[in-house]
Amino acid sequence: MTDARQDEETGSALAVALSGKRGDFAVDAAFSAPARGVTALFGPSGSGKTSILRAIAGLTRLEGSVSVGGEIWQDGPRFVPPHRRALGYVFQEASLFAHLSVDGNLVYGARRSPGGVDGELRRQVIELLALQPFLSRSVADLSGGERQRVAVGRSILSRPRLLMMDEPLAALDIRAKDEILAFFETLSGALDLPILYVSHDISEIERLADRIVLIEAGRVRASGPLNEALTDIGLGFVRHPHAAAVLPATVVGFDGEDGLAELDLWGQPVFVDGSGPDEIGLTRRLRIEASDVSLAREPITRSTILNTLRVEILAIEPAGRANLAVLLRLVAESRLDAPPPTFMAKVTRRSAARLALAPGDTLFAQIKSVSLATAPTR
Amino acid sequence: MNRFLPFSALAVVVSMASPAAAESTVVAVAANFTEPAREIAAAFSEKTGDTAELSFGSTGSLYAQIGQGAPYEVLLAADDERPARAVAEGLAVEGSQFTYAIGTLVLYSADAGRVTGPETLRDAAIGRIAIANPKTAPYGAAAVETMRKLGVYDALKGKIVEGSSIAQTFQFVSTGNAELGFVALSQITGREAGSRWVVPAEDHAPIRQDAVLLEAGSDNETASAFLDFLKGPEAAAIIERYGYGAAG
Amino acid sequence: MTIDTSDILAALVLTLELAGVTTLVLLVIGTPLAWWLARSRSLGADVVGTLVALPLVLPPTVLGFYLLIALGPDGLGGLAGVRSLAFSFSGLVAGSVVYSLPFVVQPIRNAFEAMGERPMEVAATLRASPLDRFFTVAIPLARSGFLTGAVLGFAHTVGEFGVVLMIGGNIPGETRVLSIAIFDYVEQLRYREAHLVAGGMLVFSFLVILAMARIGRNIGTVRP
Repeated sequence: MTDARQDEETGSALAVALSGKRGDFAVDAAFSAPARGVTALFGPSGSGKTSILRAIAGLTRLEGSVSVGGEIWQDGPRFVPPHRRALGYVFQEASLFAHLSVDGNLVYGARRSPGGVDGELRRQVIELLALQPFLSRSVADLSGGERQRVAVGRSILSRPRLLMMDEPLAALDIRAKDEILAFFETLSGALDLPILYVSHDISEIERLADRIVLIEAGRVRASGPLNEALTDIGLGFVRHPHAAAVLPATVVGFDGEDGLAELDLWGQPVFVDGSGPDEIGLTRRLRIEASDVSLAREPITRSTILNTLRVEILAIEPAGRANLAVLLRLVAESRLDAPPPTFMAKVTRRSAARLALAPGDTLFAQIKSVSLATAPTR
Repeated sequence: MNRFLPFSALAVVVSMASPAAAESTVVAVAANFTEPAREIAAAFSEKTGDTAELSFGSTGSLYAQIGQGAPYEVLLAADDERPARAVAEGLAVEGSQFTYAIGTLVLYSADAGRVTGPETLRDAAIGRIAIANPKTAPYGAAAVETMRKLGVYDALKGKIVEGSSIAQTFQFVSTGNAELGFVALSQITGREAGSRWVVPAEDHAPIRQDAVLLEAGSDNETASAFLDFLKGPEAAAIIERYGYGAAG
Repeated sequence: MTIDTSDILAALVLTLELAGVTTLVLLVIGTPLAWWLARSRSLGADVVGTLVALPLVLPPTVLGFYLLIALGPDGLGGLAGVRSLAFSFSGLVAGSVVYSLPFVVQPIRNAFEAMGERPMEVAATLRASPLDRFFTVAIPLARSGFLTGAVLGFAHTVGEFGVVLMIGGNIPGETRVLSIAIFDYVEQLRYREAHLVAGGMLVFSFLVILAMARIGRNIGTVRP
């Protein structure tokens, strides 16, 4: 895990240090986010995520400082009111203006942004969020998911330097959630700005986030790249029954007969369903659930299991009465910018004892199911 | 015995309510006569043991109610026109009409020294002058008549504001919103402040307040008894004390 | 007995003028007042809210009496150096504004309250300044409240009697409005005229209440 200070040194677009009392708990949070990609504020309900987000937007005031892309929004006595901050904010409920049409909503912020409505951006946003069919409709006639798409489009069109989303899917049913997550995934790849995404739902974060800021009782417990957090045994994600790691991999081939795509994971092949020949060359997120991973000393060839990866044990930690969490690192050559990625296996204490597992061992990880966590990143 | 207590209680209530016609009468009273009417009713009650229940309102609205069958048995009007009309329309008993009080008109101002006599009305600096609506209130008609007789009506016409009743006219003047006003002497009786000129009775037709026995009260002896009491010396004393001229 | 319609017509025109001017004045002063009452949690707001609501429960004669004093030589009239503002059209407007205030402020305030904080926050994040979002978000979203307030304020002023009676002075073309005309006709036993005007008022009131019901049905609901 890297902490906020290191992020600042590497040049971050968003730097936040806020403290103060909100309701019956104190907020004291400092973190940063890079100029691109989704930074998730994750934590249980009532941990202060929304309070922090609102304070970054200037909707409520906490002590401290906020700067975005070198522009100071708040520092000491200086406080830029929200309407003078180039921000986009998507609320839990879409909160569309009932007196305006869909198009009227979309351009509300754009009209007030420097330079007015940008026709080209408007066209792109409408295409990206598939809003064309609704443009002249009244907002009352939209479904929940459609409303949230309009809200997102409205924010982007106001040309923010920071996009904030506060549990934007929480009020939606599962189908609408799934549909809109696909839009968000496309969006996060297409937008050249930091996105702060508040959620208490780890599955949304696995699909969307590049980085995570873990909030507990108003404080930042940890922050860093997504997979580092997910596989950090100290943070406790591993104890979750569906604990998973999320690893980016590149699509390198497609077998039309079997319907399987081949992805390259640091030199090792992974075969998955759900991709197509048109995605060759693109990066996809692989989601590997700890309980789907089993370990073997020898490669097992006569098995239905498709994917076997060479791994090295980094650590073994207790995870419940009968289980252990085994932290694994892919066997591969380190690249300049990062070590090979890690993931986890959940094994019983008995199996671990039988195989005499110990840190430093190199062995085979069999993965019962690998799923794609995201839409392709173009 | 206790079981029947609610019944006997009910019986008492019923006996109080139903044959009341024999012991009481319902009297509709013009609002400007409120205070003396209360006193007269009290005196009447003390003397005869019967009661007069009083209802107050403007003569016009009382008359409208009577026309629609309101159970008033006696009308004490603020004029003589509507009692006459009640008789003509068969709402009142013929021959029962009489004048119980004659109003005295006063030019009044809340400002001390403002009113000195009829010449005050010739002062070009007069602000608003309040009178009662001359179409509906006898005091108003008398005020107009007085101004005409003094030859100042045309000059003052644009300065007139009308109160819907003589009571309201008095409010306009007493609060100072109207500088001057023609009000009833009964309204300023006992009041020291301000300045006044009592308009001579010969300057206008008498402001007669007439009473009449209504059809609903034609069989009620108490109603007739109240009217008789109203004509008597005890009532006359009360009426004069309130600033009315004694009737004929 | 023939009906003199020119009297009635003059009273009708004056009544509509009074109600129109009063409604306009009320919308102008009532809107910021309603906004403040809807947003402030202070004791002052509660006190002012109560004062605004007082004309709902006070008999118009009480109100009229205080207005008479307020407009007189010891009040506004004295300040303006004209002895009294009573017995004038502007005096009637002042009285009507006080008298009809709750009927305009309350619906607008309710609409502002029903709207919640969210739309204004959304507008703030979309670069709209406080005044900008007040006019482009708060007012349009509260339109049913404005419509209700305007209709009620207008109708209530048309139907106003006690206050006008107390401060009007029954000056034709200046303060003699319809309700006073009805009263006069009844007092003069001119029932045909009274019926004509009163019947018209009845129909008007019916239409107003019907219109309110339709407003409520059509644009009463504001979705989030």
